[in-house]
Amino acid sequence: MALLRARGGAGLLALLLAVTACSSGSTPSPAGSSGGGGGSPAASGGGGSQSAGAPAIQASGELNVMGFDCTKGDDIATNRIKDFKSQYPDVTLKCAEGGLNDQQFLTAVQGGSPPDLIYMDRGKIGTFASKGAIQSMDDCVSKAAIDMANFRDAAVKQVTFDGKVYGIPEFFNVVVVVIDNKVLKDAGLTADDIDTSNWDGLKAANEKMLKKNGNKISRIGFDPKLPEFLPLWAKINGVDIISDDGKTSNLADPKVAEALTFARDLVQAHGKASDFFAARDALSADFFGAGNPIAKDVLGGFPIEQFFLNVMAGSSPNVDITVKAPKAKDGSDVTYATGLTWAIPDGAKNKDAACAMAATMTGKDAWIKASQTRADQRKNDKKPYTGTFTGNKAADDEIFNKIVDLSAMPQFADAVKNTVAVSDKAFGVPPAGGGTEFEKAWRDAVNKVLNEGADPAQALKDANTTAQQALDSGGG
Amino acid sequence: MTAATAPSQGRFQRLAEDMRRSETRWAFLFLLPWIVGFIIFTAGPMVASLVLSFTNIGLRRGFEFVGTANYDRLMHDPRVGLALGNTAFYTILHVPLAMAFALLLALMLLRVGRASGFFRTVFYLPTITPYVAVGALWLLLLNGQVGIINQALGAFGIDGPNWTTDPNWIKPGIVLMSLWSLGSTTVIYFAALRNVPLELYEAARVDGASAWAQFRHITVPMISGALFFTLIVNTIASLQVFDQVFTMYFGRSNATAGDRSALFYVIHLFNEAFVNFRMGYASALAWLLFIIIMIITFIQIRLSKRWVYYEND
Repeated sequence: MALLRARGGAGLLALLLAVTACSSGSTPSPAGSSGGGGGSPAASGGGGSQSAGAPAIQASGELNVMGFDCTKGDDIATNRIKDFKSQYPDVTLKCAEGGLNDQQFLTAVQGGSPPDLIYMDRGKIGTFASKGAIQSMDDCVSKAAIDMANFRDAAVKQVTFDGKVYGIPEFFNVVVVVIDNKVLKDAGLTADDIDTSNWDGLKAANEKMLKKNGNKISRIGFDPKLPEFLPLWAKINGVDIISDDGKTSNLADPKVAEALTFARDLVQAHGKASDFFAARDALSADFFGAGNPIAKDVLGGFPIEQFFLNVMAGSSPNVDITVKAPKAKDGSDVTYATGLTWAIPDGAKNKDAACAMAATMTGKDAWIKASQTRADQRKNDKKPYTGTFTGNKAADDEIFNKIVDLSAMPQFADAVKNTVAVSDKAFGVPPAGGGTEFEKAWRDAVNKVLNEGADPAQALKDANTTAQQALDSGGG
Repeated sequence: MTAATAPSQGRFQRLAEDMRRSETRWAFLFLLPWIVGFIIFTAGPMVASLVLSFTNIGLRRGFEFVGTANYDRLMHDPRVGLALGNTAFYTILHVPLAMAFALLLALMLLRVGRASGFFRTVFYLPTITPYVAVGALWLLLLNGQVGIINQALGAFGIDGPNWTTDPNWIKPGIVLMSLWSLGSTTVIYFAALRNVPLELYEAARVDGASAWAQFRHITVPMISGALFFTLIVNTIASLQVFDQVFTMYFGRSNATAGDRSALFYVIHLFNEAFVNFRMGYASALAWLLFIIIMIITFIQIRLSKRWVYYEND
């Protein structure tokens, strides 16, 4: 009490400074990590293309890696790490636990003690490169003799910014449409009725598949997966949300508004958007387990990254599903690709070891070995192996033609076949300086449309202004 | 020596005399660790952030003074107004409700006798649960379709709202969540209540005072010091809420409604500092928050003279 009675500004200031420092919530702590998970995600993954034999690049010393947990990842990750260690015995690997924490990484760069290598979401290449947080890997590509032509086109575009390569791609997660055949039957529909190129048909199918009692939704019809898949719906409607060079926002294009309107209508067929999203959260509580929404028959269909095939194969192999490629309105197959990448931060001390690791981890041989080991292990466990989507065409060919055997699970065999086939038709959002703010702008627009009833065209027009400012300023 | 300098010379003289006493020197020696820590970890960074607020420092960008440009920017940033409004809404609801419920719990603790130790622990446990876990848990509890809160409301015939997906109900949902961890406030009130002399209640009962009159005229004044302390601390904490809200609404890629409704001030500051890496602007935002907190706390202290009772008054 005496302290509270301290006279003068000094006493009050001291109290306030002390209390401000002590009060909870005063220290922001990043609650989520973004970018790649520690080790490989549940998805199958991407690869590189170096041939077997002596390493093309010499490396030794300590190698600090952030964003890739070298000890706790899955077998696809740990087997490739073993490969790297055997090829580079003089490199001491030190990996930070957990996935890449953007704030931790950027703070390390700003503080002058960056890691030597990071493992990150390809979608952030533009943002990190424009801020100078990562450096061009053109030198690494030529030193390690990495042939970028062996990677999927969409993946290479996602790691190329201002004409320079900033990452070596790993994994190639493409979006496919997963349909629950039991729900279809129950609604009197067939798989042909779920066609992303036929919007009137899809709307009708959505209404037939959904089930609700008042505002309680017990089954979602077709989930368009907003806000995250707006770029896919726009592409289905024949337009990209951003130019190829990542410098011009196309959010104001009427076709983007049409796509958003259509996807919004799919949501609002279920009632209020808030009811839909609450139901989606509730029905997806065990999304990665045996209680996933397809296994529980509480979701008719949705576009989802192909890692979900692995989830279902492992946790609910008896699901009755059809998996097809999204179709654009012009009838062509189209899909949206994302994935991870290795990148070298600005100021990295051991660039050679970083390059060596990136090259080895994405090497075709490493991928083949790791995939074969996984396939053998899954066979022993009597579980299916749905393949690893590496992002490297040669590795993918060998994995899916020689290693993956789903003859005992014809539904998953068809699903994987369709997924592999559509991988060549994938597109990705090109890297852009200001990419984070650009994404925020269109996500905000989608949220306003869904939650505040905003007009899609106007919301996107407003977002376009903000987005273009972000692209012009490069996120500064 | 003028009259104006005489008092200050006297003060310094007194300080100098005090320092000659070994007791005073030892006191400062024991205080030194805190003083050094305060300078290095609190005062120093505060001064640094004040300087940074007048620059456009960012990631890999040099140090360039831009005058008051950051402060001009925040005056025109619509998200600042939105964030301040959301934060004020939360604070105005949370602080009185938290104090009232904590007092209720403390009064109940007084009545359970020896079992108070057990219940004190139970009430305090939520306070030590990691905020991230609390956020994730309450997303399930507050789910509008299947959450327990709405199921409980349904038992009374009330159709609960979509606490986590309806923009109009997200903040009330966050307030509801915040009432879960009242342990520290309850413990403070419990201690204060136990220090109220029982003779006062006996005298009041003899004079025929009702339970409510005893509460109003004895309990509240006697614990007003504790009430005042928790008012200040809870207000400051509410104005800086971050962890649970960030986990619930900003840590998921498919989150929808919370982006605007749950944009609290410190979350906006965090985004500017560590997502957009506009450190100079974020520093200006931090200083604006500091000034707001100072003003509010100053008003609370001034008003306290009307209702806070100290025994040695």
